[in-house]
Amino acid sequence: MTEHVVIIGAGHNGLSCAAYLARGGMRVTVLEAAGQVGGAALTREFAPGYRVSAGAHLLYALDEGLRRELALDRYGLRMAADSLYTIALDPDGQFVSVANGALGGPGAAAADQEAMALYHRQMNRFADIVWGLKDQLPPRLGTTGRKDLFALGKLGLRIRRLGKNDMREFLRIAGINLYDVLQERFESELLKGALSLDGTLGTFLGPRSNNSVFCALHRFNQGRGYAIPAGGMGTVSVALDAAARAAGAKIRTGARVAGIDMEGDRVRGVTLEDGEQIAADLVVSNADPKTTFERLLGLRHVEAGFADRVHHLRTRGCVAKLHLALDDIPQFCGLDGEQRGQRLVVAPDLQYVEHAFNPAKYGEHSARPVMEISIPTVHDDTLAPAGKHVLSANVQWAPYDLKGGWDGAKDAFLDTCLDVLEEYAPGIRGLVSASELLTPADLEAEFGMTGGHWHHVELSLDSFFMLRPVPGSAQYAAPVNGLYLCGAGSHPGGGVMGCAGRNAARAVLAGAA
Amino acid sequence: MKKHDAIVIGAGHNGITNAAFLAKAGMDVLLVEKNEWIGGAAVSRNLHEDWIYSNCSYVCSLLRPEIYRALDLARYGLQVVPYGGSVTMTEDGDYLASYTDEDASRRELMRHSPRDADATHRFERDIMRQCRFIRQFLLRTAPDPTSFKPRDLMELLHIGREFWALGEETIYDTMRFYTMSIAEFLDEYFEHPLIKASHCGSGIIGSAMGVMSPGTAYVLLHHAMGDVDGSAGAWGFARGGMGAITQAMHGCFADHGGTTLTGSGVAQILVKNGQVSGVALDNGDEHHADIVVSNMTLPRTFLECMDPRDLRPEFLEKCRNFKIRGSSGKLNIALEGMPKFTALKGNRELMKADMHLIDSVERLERAYDDWKDGTWSRDPYIDMLIPSLTDPTMAPPGKHFMSVFVQYVPPKIRGRDWTDADRDGFRDTVLGQIEDYAPGFRDLIAHVEVRTPRELENEVGLTEGNIFQGELTMDQLLFNRPIPGYAQYRGPVKGLWMCGSSNHPGGGVMAAPGANAAREILADRRKPNTVPEGWLDD
Amino acid sequence: MKTFNIDSREHYRNKVFPSPFHERQAALNENREWSRWYDYLSVPAYTCSTMEYFAGRNTCGVFDLTPMTKHRITGPDALTFLNRLVTRDMTKVKPGRVGYSVWCDDRGQVIDDGTVFHLHEGDYRLCSQEHQIDWLLINARGFDVSVVEDTHDVAALALQGPTSCAVLKKMNLPEVESITPFGLKHFDFEGTQLTVSRTGYTGDLGYELWIDPDHAGVLWDRLFEAGELHGIQPMGSEALELLRIEAGFILAGEDFAPAMHTVRHRNTRSPFELGLGWLVDFDKPVFNGRRALLREKAEGSRYALVKLDIEDNKPAEHAYVYDTRGRNIGWVTSAMWSPSAKKNIALATVETPHGETGEKMKVEIYYQRELKWHRKMADAVVVRDAFWDPPRRRATPPADF
Repeated sequence: MTEHVVIIGAGHNGLSCAAYLARGGMRVTVLEAAGQVGGAALTREFAPGYRVSAGAHLLYALDEGLRRELALDRYGLRMAADSLYTIALDPDGQFVSVANGALGGPGAAAADQEAMALYHRQMNRFADIVWGLKDQLPPRLGTTGRKDLFALGKLGLRIRRLGKNDMREFLRIAGINLYDVLQERFESELLKGALSLDGTLGTFLGPRSNNSVFCALHRFNQGRGYAIPAGGMGTVSVALDAAARAAGAKIRTGARVAGIDMEGDRVRGVTLEDGEQIAADLVVSNADPKTTFERLLGLRHVEAGFADRVHHLRTRGCVAKLHLALDDIPQFCGLDGEQRGQRLVVAPDLQYVEHAFNPAKYGEHSARPVMEISIPTVHDDTLAPAGKHVLSANVQWAPYDLKGGWDGAKDAFLDTCLDVLEEYAPGIRGLVSASELLTPADLEAEFGMTGGHWHHVELSLDSFFMLRPVPGSAQYAAPVNGLYLCGAGSHPGGGVMGCAGRNAARAVLAGAA
Repeated sequence: MKKHDAIVIGAGHNGITNAAFLAKAGMDVLLVEKNEWIGGAAVSRNLHEDWIYSNCSYVCSLLRPEIYRALDLARYGLQVVPYGGSVTMTEDGDYLASYTDEDASRRELMRHSPRDADATHRFERDIMRQCRFIRQFLLRTAPDPTSFKPRDLMELLHIGREFWALGEETIYDTMRFYTMSIAEFLDEYFEHPLIKASHCGSGIIGSAMGVMSPGTAYVLLHHAMGDVDGSAGAWGFARGGMGAITQAMHGCFADHGGTTLTGSGVAQILVKNGQVSGVALDNGDEHHADIVVSNMTLPRTFLECMDPRDLRPEFLEKCRNFKIRGSSGKLNIALEGMPKFTALKGNRELMKADMHLIDSVERLERAYDDWKDGTWSRDPYIDMLIPSLTDPTMAPPGKHFMSVFVQYVPPKIRGRDWTDADRDGFRDTVLGQIEDYAPGFRDLIAHVEVRTPRELENEVGLTEGNIFQGELTMDQLLFNRPIPGYAQYRGPVKGLWMCGSSNHPGGGVMAAPGANAAREILADRRKPNTVPEGWLDD
Repeated sequence: MKTFNIDSREHYRNKVFPSPFHERQAALNENREWSRWYDYLSVPAYTCSTMEYFAGRNTCGVFDLTPMTKHRITGPDALTFLNRLVTRDMTKVKPGRVGYSVWCDDRGQVIDDGTVFHLHEGDYRLCSQEHQIDWLLINARGFDVSVVEDTHDVAALALQGPTSCAVLKKMNLPEVESITPFGLKHFDFEGTQLTVSRTGYTGDLGYELWIDPDHAGVLWDRLFEAGELHGIQPMGSEALELLRIEAGFILAGEDFAPAMHTVRHRNTRSPFELGLGWLVDFDKPVFNGRRALLREKAEGSRYALVKLDIEDNKPAEHAYVYDTRGRNIGWVTSAMWSPSAKKNIALATVETPHGETGEKMKVEIYYQRELKWHRKMADAVVVRDAFWDPPRRRATPPADF
């Protein structure tokens, strides 16, 4: 009898894990609480006739190997647009575009061109180091295990291979903040503002916060730009779902797991909310670590030191998601048709971004938030009625634990967002026929991730690689026999990437062998 | 003109330490100082009647005991006396004190939170683990990780081995410690806001970061790794003010035949055929030596005191990018009597302690937000001491000297230079805050010396008023300090060396950079080593 | 007699305060010497620690236990909470029973040891050597349990020695003689509840008495009245230290470094390394340190704590321990001349595989004679049993003397 694995959650990592496990010869059942698969990689209707990627809205990190191995394209994955570049919006139309290390647009400063090329080249090389780790099982440190030492040696060698100058620069900036690095290199305030978003989007860091360079490297996808799947982000999940089924995995939606069952010191299966018990030899959780250990397993089944580390995980989400149904395409200052389909950024200067961040530290939302905007209907007319449009924006900072709670504050914040948009796209208010604002509290409720945090667990140098989510479960195996983690809370973190799921599957298969 | 073996620029504690170790090795050393007095930022100044101010640095803990002994500082008159703990006052009139007696401190913590009192054991254990780890590198030269020289490889291996020896859990904790904010770090130990706030200050003193900025947990360590007589993390006064330290060091230097010139700074470091040849002073004099050691900050040395043609443009660019933003200021106050802090209810023992007025993490962070916007904090963090309660030499009987360290204070006011009006505004903000906690305080003031980054730069030469001669962030620590590739005290020109706090292991009156630079110079010149090795604690 | 108002935080401004027995202790404390035991004043020796020691072995001695850190653990999850905390199986400690326990961190290193009193069904008292509230509250997350440190709310006395049962019987505590070792019983006493447990830190017949602080004085008086003809004596901490070493009991901070205070991670010890492997129950699916201890069991321990019987009569405090070939293999942690066993005894830590019962070792003893220091390499042998373990310790009902 082959081993039966239950995977909790059919997010993209849960599905990717399921596909690889099934291919590895395991009997796999995926249990998804929602009525559809995908988790936060989901396309859904938010107003009659208008559909949107309700969670992640731009694809930048999907692992190419995974896409190939699982033949996702055969299961319907197609890009409506790719190689999208970033446009830093300016109310006066003096925007700057950043495409693969080249600057464009009326606001681009000549002096910044060369600096941008160098920055792009270096960040690419440095990001290679970080990305090179994403398929790796994180090593343990302080041990005498040969595999661990080998993994570290390999990392050391990769850093050495940068050559003397780049290596020095890497070791200098990897632990600091984007503000300082951008100030050293660039002149244009608009450009610096937009670039600072690379290190701060989705994190509890301002441009001046150390670790923001690291976060930028984590996002730096080798210059491939951003993509929008045809049909929205849900298409990725649908393809993963089909790939997993084709490999033999069973996937049940509407099956909310209430708890992980133990027998002695190992897992025995799970119990669904309706009381149904499903026996399993192994359980893999795509839920975030806090949910997994505190709610589904119960801290009583792990040792106290480990439980304490889980307790202190930082899971305070800080991004709100804004969806607008628009009667027409909005006129962003200075942009023409094709440009409106790019990744549009509201981050006019470093100080603006820093000021947007400040209140979040005290449990307040930005008075003037930063935004990452996408109008997917420019590329994909299936998402809205003919001639109509959808605007999707990440808005931050909107802290999960807003003082006084979100209930009374949501409308005002939506209004703030529209005010800011109005500055950059005059008349947009008049186009809005419906709107939806998902605060981190809403994201938590809809997708089940603690704190509504994209990455499940704050992404930072102190929670990366062998430290992610916490020492003791950084190698995907939880300190409970038969339990594994496969979500964004594990290495290498969030973003629709699929790597955590695949790495977890490898760890499971290695453990079973 | 007579040629010296070496010229050391700047008679601060690192400059004198460096000069003294070179002189002890038999070299003929000339020490030049721009001010009429020596001491740099470790100085005692008589600026008002019979009061003595430690007008820059004001307490002593980091001074390496190895150097203290090797330079025989006690024989040259130095006495370091511990002071009693610390106290943080609250807005509602209570306080949290910490005492030199462990049980008294524990009881006081229990008064606020019994749980946190117990968690303090865990906290102190973990901080001590970090102190033990870092202390062993203070009197060593950092390796160049890009180098294949046996010496660098061995040193890297040494660091790796010591890191490994921490054990798996502590390794992870160490990695997190270096990359976390002090506020997040404290959250893992404590629950009481006042207890957290009282620990937070050490994470930001002298740094251009807020308590919520990642990287500040390390700064806490920088303040905890010192000791007084083996009592780790303890701080003391140099009897007679901080100048007593540099005076004693100078006594040692002079005793070993060193020469000191004060009153004229270095206009330019002279280079001939790619080799340092001496210095030209502001007064026009030239002095010659094949070795020139700069105790000035990195930018001051290379951007102000050298001909750019003697340096490569990339090197100059790196000097321009060196992070040396000032974040603090200081008030030195002569008092006619004892201030009365409402919260302390006349407790004289607590007034001998290190006093703080900020009682929450949020207030501390907001103070930093002001700095980011280019103003001094409206509700500043202050670190206040009355040395005259412990050291009878600082003020006439019944009168007091009060040292008020203030954060945050920006190097420029919204991008422009400080004006006298700014300085007065800053002074009034600080005095106003103290007055809130000690009504009647202003009436006791006989004299105030206000030190903003402008004064610190102009008088002491600390670029942008940064008290550490360069920020203590990951990009400027260990082999990155001051800039990658130049972390071994050797400058970019033959014969030019650096010995200031811009170099590893950084600022504080530690004297380690000066000693380390001396060790490197002596080795380079094949002279006997006079610099002690670090004492290991195993 | 409460010596302070616990509800006011003001008492914390005093560094140390009297125990509820203080007036009685002060009257008997001929030496007028006091030491500090956490928050309380404690008596090192009332008159002469040797005589107090012999009271503990020959009649009975009374020791003020109030300063010992105590916690009350209640709530539906009290048992599961404790079972995850300590290494032994607490389901086997029924109501009315007491279990000696040790607890570890995740690395399987000992944080502290202590006793768990199952006072009533689901209602426990945990006594520890060190402060533990931080660790206990960390442990409480995820359990429906209340953990309160109640050191100040419970006055306690240890009554230890062969006549101790006779004294209690004279106090008219019904069927007190039926309490078996590690058992406890509650009694009505002067309008309050007195809990008597047959426990102690001396390795002999003995009891511990627990009462609310307001009745501390009357308990002391009644005890000394009842004990007058049974040789009752107050006993200080110095005598207790001698008694516990003879019994082979370990002391945190002496015989092992508690994990929460230990900076150098190799200096902590696992239960196996302290000879407490019998307290580790791997049949429990989860407890702190289980995974690490399973590994240690498979891979072997680094150290062993041994009892040494040393030749000659020179106490071996702070001595190095060598194997017979002269290689340094460890050090002595506690040592004394045992007046009852008439042996030179010690507890020592040695590197494994040393430490087997019967193994011969050498101990490097430094001793002083009229200020002059001498050194002796003494022969020693590892013994299995406690140096003092009389049958009367276990007999129920106990004899009267």
